[in-house]
Amino acid sequence: MSVSSGRIIIIGAGQAGLQTAEALRSGGYAGEIVMLGDEAYGPYHRPPLSKAWLAGEMEAAQLMMRAPELLAKKNIELRTGTKVNAIDNAGKMVRLSDDSELSFSGLVLATGSTPRILNIPGANAKHVLALRTRDDASAIMQALLHCAKSKLPLVVIGGGFIGLEVAATARKRGLQVTVLEASPRLLGRVLAPVLSEWYAALHRSHGVQIEFNVTLKEIEQKNGAVCAVLTQEGKRYPAGMVLVGIGVEANDMLARDAGIACDRGVIVDDCSRTSMEGIVAAGDCTARRIADGSLLRLESVQNATEQGKSAAAALLGQSRPFTATPWFWSDQYDKKLQMAGLSMGSNAWAVRGSMESGVFSVFHFRDGKLVAVDSVNDSKIHLLSRKLLDAGALPSPDQAADTAFDLNSLLAK
Amino acid sequence: MPQITYIEASGQSTTVNVPEGWSLMQGATANGVEGILGECGGSCACATCHCYVDEPWLAKLSAPTEGELEMLENTASERKANSRLACQIKATAALDGMVVHLPESQE
Repeated sequence: MSVSSGRIIIIGAGQAGLQTAEALRSGGYAGEIVMLGDEAYGPYHRPPLSKAWLAGEMEAAQLMMRAPELLAKKNIELRTGTKVNAIDNAGKMVRLSDDSELSFSGLVLATGSTPRILNIPGANAKHVLALRTRDDASAIMQALLHCAKSKLPLVVIGGGFIGLEVAATARKRGLQVTVLEASPRLLGRVLAPVLSEWYAALHRSHGVQIEFNVTLKEIEQKNGAVCAVLTQEGKRYPAGMVLVGIGVEANDMLARDAGIACDRGVIVDDCSRTSMEGIVAAGDCTARRIADGSLLRLESVQNATEQGKSAAAALLGQSRPFTATPWFWSDQYDKKLQMAGLSMGSNAWAVRGSMESGVFSVFHFRDGKLVAVDSVNDSKIHLLSRKLLDAGALPSPDQAADTAFDLNSLLAK
Repeated sequence: MPQITYIEASGQSTTVNVPEGWSLMQGATANGVEGILGECGGSCACATCHCYVDEPWLAKLSAPTEGELEMLENTASERKANSRLACQIKATAALDGMVVHLPESQE
């Protein structure tokens, strides 16, 4: 497929949408580009929402990725507060929520994801909040201030990155924090058990109470606002606010309704092409078919930017596969976790540095082959690991654990 | 507002008014300086805002943190004595007129 003129519509004005728009321009596309965002804001950085933004360390303008004039200069039309109701692929147009129609010659789905909803009685009470958007973060900030003022605890439901980052920020503000996790460990979907334990110890050392194997029963309310979380185990956790961080779901409804293949996300190949000619997708809304035939969902900045570049290239008739090693990061307290590769399915690990010192990297191996490296306050090793994994220059477990062994030497070969 | 000049590897020069308290990365990405990516949004997590600070200005900057130094050890382009991460440099009145050069590649 190749779109050479006409209007390219991008549904979504987040990291992936912006990246696609800019890559279309830098790739030489001279036609109209219209980016439709359903939020009130242009593209902004989401990662700080649970960290610096929530801690009150940033002003609103610093959250924005681009000055509005810059988008205008690049001739990228941004329409905020605009919701798409349907895609009519046969008629090559999208229908907006005000019933107007907008035709396209190429379409980009960058619709993002939505926090999974807590499905227990009382979950719609005031101050039961999830974090995805800037408005969500503002509501959370207000609720945290309410907790601080009234000396009420924060209860975090879900021991994933969002929940733990908010827990850390709330501790900085002096709040009492309890994390309720359904499984036997923290970050179970993304980290190996050895790191889950380390993070549990870290949070406990900062005064966070963590409860595992919790089955929720209901949210107790008082005057419409949350006052406690009740569990099936018969426990009652008082709360001035509940942060729900139990994962996200890809926004693939529009695509599904339009007959585009989806499976818990818009299915794309490694060049961001969907099952439908002329329609590409990027970022959190996608499920990427990888070499072994399985579908991989990644929710990260890198995924949004890489797939955005691939999506733009695909519309311009080029193949730009996303082959780079996945990477992620999470800031909690003064600890920066940087992850390279995917540790799922690994069956052995080696530690470089000392976990007690708080500066270390865990190398994950599957059947003796390095698949991922998780670094804590060890950025040098993180960046080097990405190079090693990209190049297939893989250390053995012994080499990985031996700080006297120069990992750089593997690249020189 | 401090004026910062970014000179890209291509020679393209852009001067931007960067509000005090903003990082040089934010000043660059908001205003279309393409040689700085700032993918992580300023968390010191991605090393895609590597820049070379012109000599006279280097001494006026606060010292890099341990984390920044670690990141600088494995940047995509060559690390030099005047290498810094633009997300870790906050614009102040004292930096008005500062010039930074940008590397060939950030990733």
